[in-house]
Amino acid sequence: MQDNNAVLASKLEYLSLNPLEKVLYRIKHFFLGIPKAFAKFFRAIPSKARKEARATQGVFHNIYEAGRYGDVFTRLSFLLMGFGLFFRHQIIRGALYLAYEVFFVVFMALIGGPALAGMPSLGQLGSITYRVVDPVTGLDLESIVNYDDSFTILLYSVITLVLILLFVVLWYTQLKDSLRLQRENVIGRRAKDSDTLKNVFDKSYHRTLLSIPMVGLVCFTIIPIIVMILVAFTNYNQNHLTPGRLFDWVGMYNFENLFASGASTGNTIFLQVFGQVLLWTLIWAFFATFSNYFLGMIVAMIINLKGIKLKKVWRTVLITTIAVPQFISLLLISRMFADNGFINTLLMDLGWIDAPVRWLSDAVIAKVMIIVINTWVGIPYTMLISTGLLMNIPDDLYESARIDGASPARMYFKITLPYMLFVTTPYLISQFVGNINNFNVIYLLSGGSPAFYFEGTAIPIQVSSTGVGRTDLLITWLYKMTVTSPEKDYGTGSVIGILIFVVVAFFSLIFYNRSGSVKNEEEFQ
Amino acid sequence: MNVFEKKSAKLRYRSHKRAVMTRNILVYALLVVISVVWLIPFVYLVLQSFATYYSPSSFAPMLPGPAADAANAPVFTGENYVTLFTSETYPFWRWWINSFVIALATMIIQTVLVLGTSYALSRLKFKSRKGIMKMILLLGMFPGFLSMVIIYFILKLLGIQQSIFSLILIYVASSAMNYYIAKGFFDTIPKSLDEAAMIDGANKNTVFFRIIMPLSKPIVVYTALISFTSPWGDFMMASYLSLGIRDQMTVAVGLQQMLSLANMQTYFPVFCAGGVLTSIPIMILFFWLQKYYVEGVTGGAVKG
Repeated sequence: MQDNNAVLASKLEYLSLNPLEKVLYRIKHFFLGIPKAFAKFFRAIPSKARKEARATQGVFHNIYEAGRYGDVFTRLSFLLMGFGLFFRHQIIRGALYLAYEVFFVVFMALIGGPALAGMPSLGQLGSITYRVVDPVTGLDLESIVNYDDSFTILLYSVITLVLILLFVVLWYTQLKDSLRLQRENVIGRRAKDSDTLKNVFDKSYHRTLLSIPMVGLVCFTIIPIIVMILVAFTNYNQNHLTPGRLFDWVGMYNFENLFASGASTGNTIFLQVFGQVLLWTLIWAFFATFSNYFLGMIVAMIINLKGIKLKKVWRTVLITTIAVPQFISLLLISRMFADNGFINTLLMDLGWIDAPVRWLSDAVIAKVMIIVINTWVGIPYTMLISTGLLMNIPDDLYESARIDGASPARMYFKITLPYMLFVTTPYLISQFVGNINNFNVIYLLSGGSPAFYFEGTAIPIQVSSTGVGRTDLLITWLYKMTVTSPEKDYGTGSVIGILIFVVVAFFSLIFYNRSGSVKNEEEFQ
Repeated sequence: MNVFEKKSAKLRYRSHKRAVMTRNILVYALLVVISVVWLIPFVYLVLQSFATYYSPSSFAPMLPGPAADAANAPVFTGENYVTLFTSETYPFWRWWINSFVIALATMIIQTVLVLGTSYALSRLKFKSRKGIMKMILLLGMFPGFLSMVIIYFILKLLGIQQSIFSLILIYVASSAMNYYIAKGFFDTIPKSLDEAAMIDGANKNTVFFRIIMPLSKPIVVYTALISFTSPWGDFMMASYLSLGIRDQMTVAVGLQQMLSLANMQTYFPVFCAGGVLTSIPIMILFFWLQKYYVEGVTGGAVKG
């Protein structure tokens, strides 16, 4: 046994292990591989940095060449974007570049410049309420004047930064292109507008398809996330709500406040609560993801079995439950499992229990129940997705396994599971991420209750004002902190948001980089 | 083959048949249990929608449960549905239309964008492909609703924060994040199809619409279904944008309000009636498109 725990020398030794030992060996190696992967990642940094440096050098080299060897049009492109293209028969592209430059200059002059200038201070003047007597009617009027709005300044400066980045990228591409066109002109190749139009549906078709989704992502996901990260370094909360009042940069104060100050006053409650919520979030995400995945797959396999009739009926029954929106079905289920709800009444009438079971109000039972009820929500989706995948596995694989005398369990672990894991790993990761940020199930079922209970110590404001409970995930705690709590502590909320991101990124990147399906996505084509 | 061997083969066949029978019976029993468990909340919803008032311990109006006072037990009534359509305080009809318009528009635009993104990420090879996929994975890890406030300010900047229909823009904008399933599907279609078409002079656009799309009906239907149901049931963003204005609510927000503000005992059955009416369009959609996805969204299109 002792020897088996050491790293096995050869594949032969691995094959001589019994099944249980094989599984243990694989699990052990999965985790042992993690530090190695990290080491590899860090070792790769210098070479990656070198590569990046070379690429950057290339960029500057191209700019230098455009200045050195460019003709008058290319050189003019330094100032007027798209000029070089314009005079080499690429009128459409040239005009687009020029249009962006005009827009950019106007934007910078009117909005971008002032916003960037205000960014370090986030505004100087708050709002003033003053009273005036209306000269005509003689009424006492109250009027409010806003001078600066910190939030708008922050948002505008982020947008400006994004536009500046875009400008730099476009400026470089048009310069490079106009030098390329100039050189191609020398050897007699002429660019045409019709080529540009043709490429829209062919060579640069990926740009055609991706441009709108990417613009959407930048505007409504990336910019908000950047602003959110910046808010973590400000004191944006109930006392600094805009418009009207200003908020300001506070450096690392929110981070320190979360961790260091708690420890320095001897008040470890915040850390305790945070630790417990984090632990439950991870446990929940793990069980919710894998229970749905495996149970859904098993249900799909059972329905797929040869000789089972009415396949369509069974599938339709399960799928119908998707039709009821989650907020309705989950609210109903939470009513059914309430302390005085239908389930408890029924069980007491049957005489199976004497006192109501606290399904959703006892911390441990509630956690189990939430995971169980979540399978009710998730199994139909997994079934829907895996049914088809299971049917796609070539039958001859099973045929030959059967001839070789493989048991059903063996076929499952050797054929079905590897195939499914291979195809669905990205989906599995996105499910795991989705579950860490799964708001609906927790909020609608238990609302985070029961509450944490501490005796005799001062409770930090982030805990007391939010009413965080023992089934709360980080995300529902965050919701309580920023939306329902009277404190509206966005600064701390953003810090927790960043922490969630770090945790999720850590776990999912480990799985992402170690899964085969990302590396060889075309294996099953 | 002597008599003895023949008999044993027959016996073996019989015992095998019996084993299959037992297995099938067990499987059917399991499937029945599963179906019942999955249908209970739905049955409960329908029955409660006909109750005169909410009693926590009763499963249905005619089954009050011994714990309840039998004389005062809730009885059957159609009143709740009438309330939904006549109530001044709860303009259910208006909410329903709002939700429907938003979900329909989102469905149409989002399906196109999701399929386009998935196709590009799956079958077109370009430099930033892996980078975009990793970026989308990372973006999905930030808790979305923290950006709600910021999105509100962006809408204000565009001057459309007053309308609930700006929700369409928000839902559609995150289309790219949902590429996983469709990409997995496109990944399994053999590359040789594209290559053959390209040799025949088709451009990438033609390959996408003429070759890949006809093979991908199940995934188109699945994407459309999901893009309809998620805005239909979305609560958080919709409640944030409707700002408590009754006419601006979607079904999800309105029903939630009904349950949280009003008298629970009276309004729970009305809520359930609303739930039934909310589920109906999706049910119709599901039954209508059944033939495409019941065999599984990812199966059957291409093999080998």
